[in-house]
Amino acid sequence: MSNYIMPLIVLFVIIYGIIKKVPIYDTFVEGAKESFDLVFKLFPCLLAMILSINIFLKSNIIDLFKFISLIPNQIIPMIIMRPISGTSSLAILTNIYELFGPDSALGTLASYIQGTTDTTFYIITLYFGSIGIKKIKYALWVGLLADLISITISILFINFIS
Amino acid sequence: MVNKIWGCFIIIGILYCLSNNNIEIVNTAILDSTKTSFDMIIKIFPVMALWLGIAKIAEVSGLLKKLSSKISIVLKYIFPEIPKNHESLSYISSNIIANMFGLGNAATPFGLKAMQSLQKLNKKKDTATRSMITFLVLNTSGVTIIPTTIISLRMMYGSVNPTSIVLPCIIITFLSTLSGLIIDKIFARFYV
Repeated sequence: MSNYIMPLIVLFVIIYGIIKKVPIYDTFVEGAKESFDLVFKLFPCLLAMILSINIFLKSNIIDLFKFISLIPNQIIPMIIMRPISGTSSLAILTNIYELFGPDSALGTLASYIQGTTDTTFYIITLYFGSIGIKKIKYALWVGLLADLISITISILFINFIS
Repeated sequence: MVNKIWGCFIIIGILYCLSNNNIEIVNTAILDSTKTSFDMIIKIFPVMALWLGIAKIAEVSGLLKKLSSKISIVLKYIFPEIPKNHESLSYISSNIIANMFGLGNAATPFGLKAMQSLQKLNKKKDTATRSMITFLVLNTSGVTIIPTTIISLRMMYGSVNPTSIVLPCIIITFLSTLSGLIIDKIFARFYV
């Protein structure tokens, strides 16, 4: 079933574009060009994150925290980084895929976390900053709690359902 | 924030290795990071280009707009403070639709527009309103239906079934967004 999702999206978007008389080829190319910009922005961040995560994880210091048995060690840097920086957590996600494979329990959990949370600090800084709001009241707490709930449900899901 | 955590990871890692006489591990970790990150960017690049291309068609053809008009009906229950047919509702729904398709970069401009028009309703210009915070919760709990970036990354790394995460993600997102909204309403009631 879920194998059909991607082809169907592509099919639907293309047909819709044709109906609306959009120059689909040109538009596709134009959109794809934007990836250059993104990739150039992403690379330095990716390098920086891989460097620090690599040193941190390979030092095995995380073994000291073995007592939190429900949360796999390798996921902890991702949980810390997720609300702060989207590209960083994407970098950590890619690293987990590279090391353990996307279908491993760890890869699946990381996919859930990346897919169901967002960069709370970034969004707050950007959105409130852009309109000059200084008193954000309880926004940060609600935002972080929402992230925490997503992560908790993801962990429960992987431990007890799938 | 990022600066401090980034530095901490490195310092803690190196100091721990020094204390264990494992300095060789740090050397490989530093050298490997260049190769690993380069390999990753080469893998991510074409996939991003692909989805941004598809997303552009959806945007230009008005598909995103069409979908967002469908969900604005639900929005008036989530945002009771926003007057009917206010422009901010259409920006909010466009932002949510873009997020649903995992198109974070398409979502941000709509999100900024939404905040600007919410600010027009704001009486105290330096203080966040209830609607603004509710909108933020919708964003941070990540209302993803199809996490395109994640699916494509899973493809790149040879997943047997890259889209297997979609249904669980929808369930988790639904539960967490719901609880986020409830927490938001509770905070809104008791915060003075």
